[in-house]
Amino acid sequence: MSGTIENRESFLQNIASKLNRKAGEYVKTPEWTHQPQFGVRRGASRRELTDVLKNAAEAVYTKVFETDAAGLPDQLDQVIQEYGGAPAIATRDGRFTEYGLNSLFEKYHIETWNVAEGHKNIDRAAQANIGLSVCDVMLAESATAGLYHDKDKARSVSLLPVASIVIVPASVIVPRLTQAMQQVESDIADGKEISHYINFISGPSNSADIEMRLVVGVHGPVKVAYVVVSDR
Amino acid sequence: MPMKVGNLPFFEGVDQAIHNTFMVNAVSSAQDGLREKKRKATTGDPTLGNWEDWRDAGEEIRQFTLNHLDYYLKQLSDQFAARGGHVFFAQTAEEAREYIKKVVRKKKAKNIVKSKSMVTEEISLNEALEEEGCDVLETDLAEFILQVDHDRPSHIVVPSVHKNRQQIRDSFRKIGYTGTDEPKELAGFARKTLRGKFLHADVGITGCNFAVSETGSICLVTNEGNANMVTTFPKTQITVMGMERLVPSWKELDVLVTLLCRSSVGQRLTTYVTDITPGAQPDTVDSPQDYYLVILDGGRSRALGTEFQSALQCIRCAACLNVCPVYRHIGGHAYGSIYPGPIGAVLSPILGGYKEYGKLPYASSLCAACTEACPVRIPLHKLLIRHREKYVEGGGKPPFSEKAGMKTFSIGASSPRLYRAGMKTAPFILKPLVHDGAIEKGPGPMKPWTHGRDLPQPSQEDFRTWFRKHKQSEMTGKNHETGEQQ
Repeated sequence: MSGTIENRESFLQNIASKLNRKAGEYVKTPEWTHQPQFGVRRGASRRELTDVLKNAAEAVYTKVFETDAAGLPDQLDQVIQEYGGAPAIATRDGRFTEYGLNSLFEKYHIETWNVAEGHKNIDRAAQANIGLSVCDVMLAESATAGLYHDKDKARSVSLLPVASIVIVPASVIVPRLTQAMQQVESDIADGKEISHYINFISGPSNSADIEMRLVVGVHGPVKVAYVVVSDR
Repeated sequence: MPMKVGNLPFFEGVDQAIHNTFMVNAVSSAQDGLREKKRKATTGDPTLGNWEDWRDAGEEIRQFTLNHLDYYLKQLSDQFAARGGHVFFAQTAEEAREYIKKVVRKKKAKNIVKSKSMVTEEISLNEALEEEGCDVLETDLAEFILQVDHDRPSHIVVPSVHKNRQQIRDSFRKIGYTGTDEPKELAGFARKTLRGKFLHADVGITGCNFAVSETGSICLVTNEGNANMVTTFPKTQITVMGMERLVPSWKELDVLVTLLCRSSVGQRLTTYVTDITPGAQPDTVDSPQDYYLVILDGGRSRALGTEFQSALQCIRCAACLNVCPVYRHIGGHAYGSIYPGPIGAVLSPILGGYKEYGKLPYASSLCAACTEACPVRIPLHKLLIRHREKYVEGGGKPPFSEKAGMKTFSIGASSPRLYRAGMKTAPFILKPLVHDGAIEKGPGPMKPWTHGRDLPQPSQEDFRTWFRKHKQSEMTGKNHETGEQQ
């Protein structure tokens, strides 16, 4: 599949002439002199990063629950109840089954995103109280859940329901955005196609547009919770 | 002139603004709040290391990218198109509008939702699409408020900062709101009103915080979730970007996003940092299937290769607005441009010319707080001085009266005899205007000065006479005014 490009030649020629360059001539991006990002929380342990995450989550109005793989179904059950229960919807992600959550899905009649059903999925997500996703990378510094969406790991699930609950395998917790970007760069270098919609989400949607007063819950979810699974 | 806000000449706009007490207080309070948040998230955050290193990194990346802009734009467009997206390079605002209108016509689109974007304000896109018969809805809370009121932004990051909650409540009443002036309730009304619109819109339009050349990706940095709605449910997406808003790769995106979030709103990251690349799988339910990217020059290339190139390093964080003493007292609308504050005073004359915006560089005390605040080290106050120099050198085409006045002064000052005669006659000519030793209301060129402060009465004795007498008294030991021995 290939798209179109219009009006490029004269546009770039104009720029190149101002810069005394040959239009479009290759340049190698240099190794930068200043790279402060790599020094932030270098060498922090998983435990330290989990603590950093918990502190940062408070600042973005997000609750963090911690459990292990064996305790996950019970912990998630409690969180779902605390956040108001069904109706709920989840992304289509093999990790839910891997984490032994099928019976919990049955208990709450949690709908799983199904592309074959088209727009019905969006209607369900819009009606849902809870959306369940599994995190692809968690940025401890800012308590940010990185979600690499595709047709099954649908973006609507963490966007439309009132509450978004994100399961966080502890192995995906990294210090900050830097490591997530390195991961993307590494995928590109390996020739992998990157996700077409990478979302870094730090807590519930919010706005301070009215007299600079913070309102939590604007267009996206009103509440967000992270359930960290320490041995995953 | 699409960038124009209001119809008042600059100084009249300023006069009006400084008497708007609510606006001045609201802007001051927002400045204080945002400045403190920025401090805590930058120099006040020890985990980040040295903030100055981050600024160096930002400057280095932005300078290199701009110096090789043609290459990175080529790469960006190649990558975007290779994944199925459509790229249009627009030299002017008009070209951008016409192309977007063409896409909208082709899609037979009627309902359009937009997320906050300064560049679409710059090209007056809403008006153009409304002429096409489309319903264009701003979905960022502040922009929604402004749209209901047919108002324009007064701050780059907090566009409705000049409005209070009572005004917003009254505006919402026009569209059926019956609640109180509580911000939570007002925001809840916007959520409810807009939710259905997102789900049934034909086209979603966004700006672009950063494009990533390496993969043809667009990064949006937001808080409310509306940009995610806009880029998820409509089947057609259009992104409009200023041609300089790009980074080579994801590695540089990390640094720039960090600088932007921390400098603009003092957040470690904004609630949503969303990276969109064309080419979603065709059976994806919640994704646009057609993606258009419009890259706008709009006068930016006039800065390339000149002393003003560094202005294009700007990442639109508005940190310079939040420290500016002039912006504090006149707010955003007085600048008469959608880009206000120090960066607006530098950028507007580049994009819109000296004729329209040549006076804006004078909206500065040259205290350099803006330069100090800028996360990518744009030497804003120096650029303001250069603009002033170019303006008086003729770039601004000053009015006849100003030119005639300067010419007369130049003739007078170049002839010692005429200069002395002028100095001697000035006290007599101005005498009718003097009250209690000062001129309170001066005519002509004196008017702006005496509007804000008194002009001292010219001395009967000119400086040279005073100096000669002073020197003599030093030699004779006699006070030159009283004649007494010192």
